[in-house]
Amino acid sequence: MSDTHAETVAFVRETMLPQAAPPASQTGAVRWLRENLFSTWVNGALTVLGLLAIFWLGTHLLPWFLHGVWNANSLAECREIIANRWGDEASGACWAVIRERWNQFLFGFYPSHLYWRPILALLLLFAALAPVLFGSAPRQLLILSLAYPGLAYLLLWGGSVWFPISAYLGFGAGIAAFLLLRRAGQSLLAPIVAVLAAVLWWLFLAGPVERGLQSMIPLAMEPVRSNAFGGFVLSITIGVAAIALSLPLGIVLALGRRSDMFLVKALSVGFIEFIRGVPLITLLFTASLLLNYFLPPGTNFDIILRVIIMVTLFAAAYIAEVIRGGLAALPRGQYEAADALGLDYFKSMRLIILPQALKISIPGIVSTFIGLFKDTTLVIFVGLLDPLKGITDAVRAAIEWKGIYWEPFIFVGAIFFVFNFAMSRYSMHLERRLKRDHR
Amino acid sequence: MNRTVFLGTLAAAGLSAGLAGAATLDDVKARDELNCGVNTGLVGFAAPDASGAWSGFDVAICKAVAAAVLGDANKVKYVPTTGQTRFTALASGEVDILSRNTTWTFSRDADLKFTFVGVNYYDGQGFMVNKSLGVSSAKELDGATICIQTGTTTELNLADYFKTNNMSYQPVPIETNAEGEQQFLAGACDAYTTDASGLAATRAAFANPDDFVILPEIISKEPLGPLVRQGDDEWADVVRWTLNALIAAEEYGITSANIEERSKSTDNPEVARLLGAGEDDLGAMIRLDKEWAKRAIMAGGNYGEIFAATIGESTPIGLARGLNAQWTQGGLLYTPPFR
Repeated sequence: MSDTHAETVAFVRETMLPQAAPPASQTGAVRWLRENLFSTWVNGALTVLGLLAIFWLGTHLLPWFLHGVWNANSLAECREIIANRWGDEASGACWAVIRERWNQFLFGFYPSHLYWRPILALLLLFAALAPVLFGSAPRQLLILSLAYPGLAYLLLWGGSVWFPISAYLGFGAGIAAFLLLRRAGQSLLAPIVAVLAAVLWWLFLAGPVERGLQSMIPLAMEPVRSNAFGGFVLSITIGVAAIALSLPLGIVLALGRRSDMFLVKALSVGFIEFIRGVPLITLLFTASLLLNYFLPPGTNFDIILRVIIMVTLFAAAYIAEVIRGGLAALPRGQYEAADALGLDYFKSMRLIILPQALKISIPGIVSTFIGLFKDTTLVIFVGLLDPLKGITDAVRAAIEWKGIYWEPFIFVGAIFFVFNFAMSRYSMHLERRLKRDHR
Repeated sequence: MNRTVFLGTLAAAGLSAGLAGAATLDDVKARDELNCGVNTGLVGFAAPDASGAWSGFDVAICKAVAAAVLGDANKVKYVPTTGQTRFTALASGEVDILSRNTTWTFSRDADLKFTFVGVNYYDGQGFMVNKSLGVSSAKELDGATICIQTGTTTELNLADYFKTNNMSYQPVPIETNAEGEQQFLAGACDAYTTDASGLAATRAAFANPDDFVILPEIISKEPLGPLVRQGDDEWADVVRWTLNALIAAEEYGITSANIEERSKSTDNPEVARLLGAGEDDLGAMIRLDKEWAKRAIMAGGNYGEIFAATIGESTPIGLARGLNAQWTQGGLLYTPPFR
């Protein structure tokens, strides 16, 4: 065989070359660097600039973090410790302020012997959310989810145990009226009377019933007033309540905006456009200032409740638009198919349209919620002590911590990040779980 | 037309709120608690401690009034108010007194329908500069960059002052005091201006306060004092004379330490009247009991004691009495007689 080309080719290799390692530039870290960081001259220059920027940040920030002091009673003491340890020119973080005041950042002025109550409320929140958020959770937990609002109110504000119970009885009255009338064949009247029954209960009967039960079986927890709320207890209370309330309201508004009925549509559009057209701070000022003038004198309409209502309305308008986007993204065929099956409006929405529209809207809904949670810090403008500015300013007003600046922001920012990152991760989990098509 | 209707509604609502607050004293007694509007946090004047208990120079007024009216200095609900919410909180009846380093001005008294019951601190706007700048008078600040909080009277005062002195300046707008300190320390502005009491507190908190000087010029009058709603003169009297009692107590040398002793020996008839030790019953004239002023003084001491404990020279803030000394000491504190 080797003679075949003897006349035409001067040299033919007759043995295989031994396997050699790939050239250094094509393996391991070097290759990765070449491909990702230095693939062209421009990229190489940008990489070097980026490294310089990181180096600069590191040399400026790292000492500040490394020199942090945890044990001190005042900013002056912090500075002294840092100067003793690292020299006069050194600067460092004074985490001692967090160590001393962490409870105010988390709980505001909530009485310290009752800290277990907001903590328990937060833990129960996760238990109550589980059946709603995760398909694998036991269904029995749904009872807890339904009872949770009353339970949370009781834990946070305390007071008579019968107050939330008599409030729940209002829903009972509504449902009873609905069922009775429907059995009597009045299916059109049923929902209207049901709402009326519930409202009448709350307005006239809930109070006496509560007092009656309380006098028969006195059962109450130590009450905590709204002005004791602050920090993350306040933020999470407002955030969770507004998130829970704004989603159903937003869905109703989105459906209302696409309704064929003129009045429903006009009201929905008007509401959404008005609320989206004004800044949240305007609504908060309305809640805190204007309502005070218009409500009858002596009305004690809780400021946190007023803020929750306003934040809910604000978020609902945004949610409505996000969901409208989801509804618009559904192919027309889905609506027609639902009609073709003979489903009425509510059934077609519940079984066909909304599950798909909501799935599409998940990223938008969750980012609205994240924005809403962060917006709760704006309540400082109506004199409520939010964790970011309210509590921070209150802490700075103590002479021993005056002059502290970044530490509280970093601490509060980190906690906000944990919550928001968790929400964002959950939304990705939900998207993956619900991914039925295009696999 | 619509506007008129709206304004009419507003006026009616305001009127009803005013009527409701007509008997604040009765409301407070019935509630057994005083609602006191305070700052959300101002060094020395109002600040919560680690356990959430409020203290400070303005807070002491709330405590004294609660002690006088309700007999217990702790029966106060502190309502933190911001610069934007303070007046509405008072006008709407959410708070009974506003004791929140608020400057007594004509328009607030007349137009906003409040009654300032007195002055508990005479403040004024000043400047702080870095010593290395080599400036010893505000008159030398021509062309300087100045850090200033936006939307406050300090901003207007500054403009007035530079205009009258034919000087120019470059404002660096800031939002809060804490931000102002950062900007000033970072060299974003040559001078920092705010109320002199605030400057002193700010300087005291710097890492090296000796590098900075507070210029001698005070460019504005800022009489700070507690205020109540207009139209309830009885309640205004209670708050006014509680403040006066604190000031008078210092004048007559009544302190929280010797008050029991002084109320027994009735050598000075005015002291006896003030403390309810003599024949006269001043308390009945403002629908309080005889020892109202005694309790008010015992709550936190006399004016001088409160000053020394919260913002005085022995505290890190280190404010001198200055204008806030008794009239006998060359200051402006002068209470009408208790007679």
